[in-house]
Amino acid sequence: MNKLVQNEMLKLIAKKRLVVIALIIGVLVILFTYAQYKQVQTQREKLGTSDWRTILQQQIVDTTNRLSSSRISDEWKKQLQISLQQQQYYLDHDINPAEPGAPTFMRIFLENSIDLFIPLMVMVIASDLVSSEHSLGTVKLLLTRPVNRWKVLLSKYITLCLAISLIIAITGFLSYAISGVVFGYKGFGAPILTGFHVTDEGLNTSDVKLLSLWKFLLMDLGLVWFVAIVVGTLSFMLSVLIRSTAAGMGVMLAALISGAILSNMVSSWESAKYFFMVNLRLTDYMKGNAPPIEGMNLSFSMSVLLVWWAAALLVSFMVFTKKDVY
Amino acid sequence: MEKKITLSVKDLRKVIGRREIIKGLTFDLREGEVFGFLGPNGAGKTTTIRMLVGLIKPTSGSIHICGSNIAEDFKGALKNLGCIVENPELYPYLSGYNNLLHFARMLDGVGEGRIKEVTALVGLSERIHDKVKTYSLGMRQRLGIAQALLGNPKVLILDEPTNGLDPAGIREMREFIRFLAEQEGLSVLVSSHLLSEIQLLCDRVAIIAKGTIIRTDTVQKLLSNREKMVWRLDPFFKGKEVLGALTGIEEKEDGTLWTEYNEQMTPEWNKQLVEAGVSVLEMNRKMPVLEDLFLELTGGETIE
Repeated sequence: MNKLVQNEMLKLIAKKRLVVIALIIGVLVILFTYAQYKQVQTQREKLGTSDWRTILQQQIVDTTNRLSSSRISDEWKKQLQISLQQQQYYLDHDINPAEPGAPTFMRIFLENSIDLFIPLMVMVIASDLVSSEHSLGTVKLLLTRPVNRWKVLLSKYITLCLAISLIIAITGFLSYAISGVVFGYKGFGAPILTGFHVTDEGLNTSDVKLLSLWKFLLMDLGLVWFVAIVVGTLSFMLSVLIRSTAAGMGVMLAALISGAILSNMVSSWESAKYFFMVNLRLTDYMKGNAPPIEGMNLSFSMSVLLVWWAAALLVSFMVFTKKDVY
Repeated sequence: MEKKITLSVKDLRKVIGRREIIKGLTFDLREGEVFGFLGPNGAGKTTTIRMLVGLIKPTSGSIHICGSNIAEDFKGALKNLGCIVENPELYPYLSGYNNLLHFARMLDGVGEGRIKEVTALVGLSERIHDKVKTYSLGMRQRLGIAQALLGNPKVLILDEPTNGLDPAGIREMREFIRFLAEQEGLSVLVSSHLLSEIQLLCDRVAIIAKGTIIRTDTVQKLLSNREKMVWRLDPFFKGKEVLGALTGIEEKEDGTLWTEYNEQMTPEWNKQLVEAGVSVLEMNRKMPVLEDLFLELTGGETIE
């Protein structure tokens, strides 16, 4: 099995796909970094040139005063305490809250690329993993070796998973390394709020916790990885079913884009929540954004994706081992 | 002594949709023989070959390679088989060496030593580290053969091995295939739609049309008495008279006379003609065309 995976890696590297993907990610990160930098600049101009430390110190004093007042509700108090903690952290670590560090940029980048950009990059690899063997005709050589077909396919799938992990790692690394040049590399310990629940009555903040940004980032990366694996597996299935790489990619792309559109307009069509493509924005649950359809939450979305994943994998293996090759 | 059977096919059938494409093929390959699979395009050659190498599942019937049934023991059967199905399609973006390495990794116990060996055998050592996309068709064909030989197979299956090669390449390929069969003792199954090729290459041949084997025989037996001799004589009528008295003749529209091909009698006929004052402008041995052979074997049925 090791040797088969080695083979697939050899081909993947020779095709230079990963290099292309790294380049695309690199260019995009540079663009977004510049955009973010511009935004920070205009903000600074608006605020004037006064020292941000003094302002922050003043805010902390204000907040502490308000906390000592006995008239505010417990819930409000909690919120104030959290923001106080945040402000104190920024001051202690010499971070301007108006200017994001590289870790914050990385978080924003991950959250925004989870439903379209990362899946797109994954598709570049997954969609031709099997179909390219058909279009080159090499599948005839591949399947006439004394190796069972399911092993051939499994080696390809393992390679896909490795490549996806690598893409996520590259995304994380590049977004940190490039944006850090402009925003500085500090801020992994910055506190961030999570644990919101969206209920019928509105936002439930009873479970809200303060997390260090690096922990939050790890969770984000995990969710992005999970989504990428699911999307990768679906493209992989299409690559097995459809011999043309372009057609397979087209179908997948249509599904992803329709997901982005659907999320904005299906709130009344409840059963749409079983589509995989409206469940891709997993990181939104961490921030407490309202889900596209009522009743969706992190575990629901993950289960839906898991079912799609399992079905896609099953279909891939069934078809690939049975199919006649012409 | 009978040589060992390496590939055995029994009552092989394939039904696609409602059409029966392959209608019960039975044949055996023996050690050290080159077996030809002759038929027009669309006769079912490629479908049959794809069943032999495990790309297509037969609807019924059995295939044994060196005693292992391909449907039950795929690994055991394919271990002894090397093949090129249609064109040798290799990875163009990999070097020749990496292509061989790729396929060697899929075989048990095939290491770098064997890769060097087969590379030298097909004469590709100099260019083996170049990308395959820079290779000529002939080189690709040789790399394809090298790939097929990697696992020391007992049976080699080549689908149209000389397709697209130039005359020198065809000759080289033919000699190489004969070498593999005679010196290395491989059984080689070659498919072709060219009678001349099969005739020069094969020991035995199966003629296939519309999914059935019409006849299996040695090449000599199939072609004996079917070769013709073409004569161009001057003056024509005198020549026709003389030759007609010696043997049965057939007059063609282009002003030639056709007789049977007879090695013993030809010099004698020639002598008679010359003595009668007829110039022999041309004497030509003519292979039967595949179509004619088919017409004869199938009793006038046309090839689709």
